[in-house]
Amino acid sequence: MAKQFQRGKMVPVPSRAIVPERDVDKSPILECRYLGIEFGGLKAVSDFNLTIGRTEIAGLIGPNGAGKTTVFNLLTKVYQPTHGTILLDGRDTHGMTTAQVNRAGIARTFQNIRLFSNMSVLENITVAMNSQMKYSMLSGIFRLPSFWKEERVAKERALELLSIFDMQHLADHKAGSLPYGAQRRLEIIRALATNPSLLLLDEPAAGMNPSETAELMENIVKIRDTFQIAVMLIEHDMNLVMNICEGICVLNFGQVIAKGTPEEIQSNPTVIEAYLGKKKEG
Amino acid sequence: MKKLTIKRTTRTDFITYLGVIVAFLIMMFLRDQGVLNRSLTGQLVPICCYISMAISLNLTVGILGELSLGHAGFMSVGAFSGIITAMSLQSTIPYTPLRLAVAMVVGAIFAAIAGIIVGVPVLRLRGDYLAIVTLAFGEIIKDLINCLLVGYDSNGLHMALNLTGSKSITDLNLQPDGIAIIKGAQGATGTTTIASFTAGFVLVMITLVIVLNLVRSRTGRAVMAIRDNRIAAESVGINVTKYKLIAFVTSAALAGAAGALYGLNFSSLQATKFNFNTSILVLVFVVLGGLGNIWGSVIAATVLTILPEALRGFDDYRMLIYAIVLILVMLATNNSQAKALLGRIIPKRKGAETNG
Repeated sequence: MAKQFQRGKMVPVPSRAIVPERDVDKSPILECRYLGIEFGGLKAVSDFNLTIGRTEIAGLIGPNGAGKTTVFNLLTKVYQPTHGTILLDGRDTHGMTTAQVNRAGIARTFQNIRLFSNMSVLENITVAMNSQMKYSMLSGIFRLPSFWKEERVAKERALELLSIFDMQHLADHKAGSLPYGAQRRLEIIRALATNPSLLLLDEPAAGMNPSETAELMENIVKIRDTFQIAVMLIEHDMNLVMNICEGICVLNFGQVIAKGTPEEIQSNPTVIEAYLGKKKEG
Repeated sequence: MKKLTIKRTTRTDFITYLGVIVAFLIMMFLRDQGVLNRSLTGQLVPICCYISMAISLNLTVGILGELSLGHAGFMSVGAFSGIITAMSLQSTIPYTPLRLAVAMVVGAIFAAIAGIIVGVPVLRLRGDYLAIVTLAFGEIIKDLINCLLVGYDSNGLHMALNLTGSKSITDLNLQPDGIAIIKGAQGATGTTTIASFTAGFVLVMITLVIVLNLVRSRTGRAVMAIRDNRIAAESVGINVTKYKLIAFVTSAALAGAAGALYGLNFSSLQATKFNFNTSILVLVFVVLGGLGNIWGSVIAATVLTILPEALRGFDDYRMLIYAIVLILVMLATNNSQAKALLGRIIPKRKGAETNG
């Protein structure tokens, strides 16, 4: 059993959401109001309401096909929502593209790893710093001082980020040649390199063994503590979810069926029913 | 440890530059000694142009990962705008190298504009649309220039489009001192050839500097990220259309400069020279040299331009041998055993290499 992680006490806030106590005085980083998307007549996600505190670690769980990844795709504008609003740090993200949402502060990883596999580990990270780098294409071609300065800073920061997961020695390797676990970790680092205020992790522990998962849990908490950002994760590993998430939202058939602290979720009959099915009457 | 990659990529770049410089010096020396035969001397400038074409197409196909089948179209735009510029500036800029440089810059600008016109609508789409549209672009440009009549006299430039086939160069009403620069289907005739091997060498070096430095800057990284995974690239805040357009237009502009040099190397040039076959020829250079591999493009362009000339002695079997060489090279470079052999000869080639 992994060690228990410290987490804040969850308290209700006026918007009827539950956020950690330490985040109560601050405005939430993310607020979804009646978010929904229809594909043709199919309601993939509907009436999704969620508030995430500034430094909260939130979990999004649910059975397969519940619409968890669709929520991530809505937040990052891979799909444009057909209903509702997303407020990121109080700003409506309506009409933004994926790239713009990222620059506004949402970074994500993918369920099926999407690295730039022909580029080196270091390049994978520095490419994510692209929107923070300012030198023009011409200074890049003519190697003006601004090029050297910004490239050096970017490289230093990339190596610093790699040190979170102890991966500095892999900096020169081709991203596609890394072992599976390292690829997953690199994706998280790449997302962090964009300087997000909300990090979305789509099944970060998928395919990891228990000791790797335990390490990942520590690192997610470490990332939250160091960068003071909110993390929202989709995960099927209940050990991970129950141990590090402060607030959990359960999705089934595109609808939120329960929200609350890990303890509340574990004893919620609707959740148990969604996962295990209904007890036979009689 | 961390310095290794930087060193390796810089070393590859350095060797590429050095190779081109050494090759240039050797060819200059041989030419001055009179060792080279006439046909090879005549090939020197076209080789430089084709190297430049191959490097620039590699930017679109290898680095950006979009198929372009109309690269000769951009070359054509550059060639004819370059010829017009050079011919009309003959009295204004008597110093030939400067006139040549101006013509190449103008060629690059016009090709870039053509690149923007093609790229803006097409690069927003996903899929192989660029291949189809560039293919059409190459044909359209060829037909347009086939109808183009351009003359220059003391009153300035005169242009007309001979779409119906009823016009001729006399319809431009040139003054007696005027010269006809482009005569429709006859193409550009009577061009003063001001291209030189040195200019070709400078063009290749500039192309190399631009493409290699671009690839190793944040712009190039963004472009390669789009090639590797578009969705992930968007998710880290990269404006996909913008970077696609940057790479495509840069590639078009370089092709335009190469075209201008090519055009000013021949006293007579027809638009049909830049047809689909030429586009494919350049694509063959890129594929054979290796996608994303810049020095590979340089070598492939050189060898495959010289080869048909060198094989003249075989008469009818010339193209047959050319094809066999192509197949053998493909087999050799795609053969895992051959690669393993190379790997043993060149030790410690770790996975860190992103492009050669």
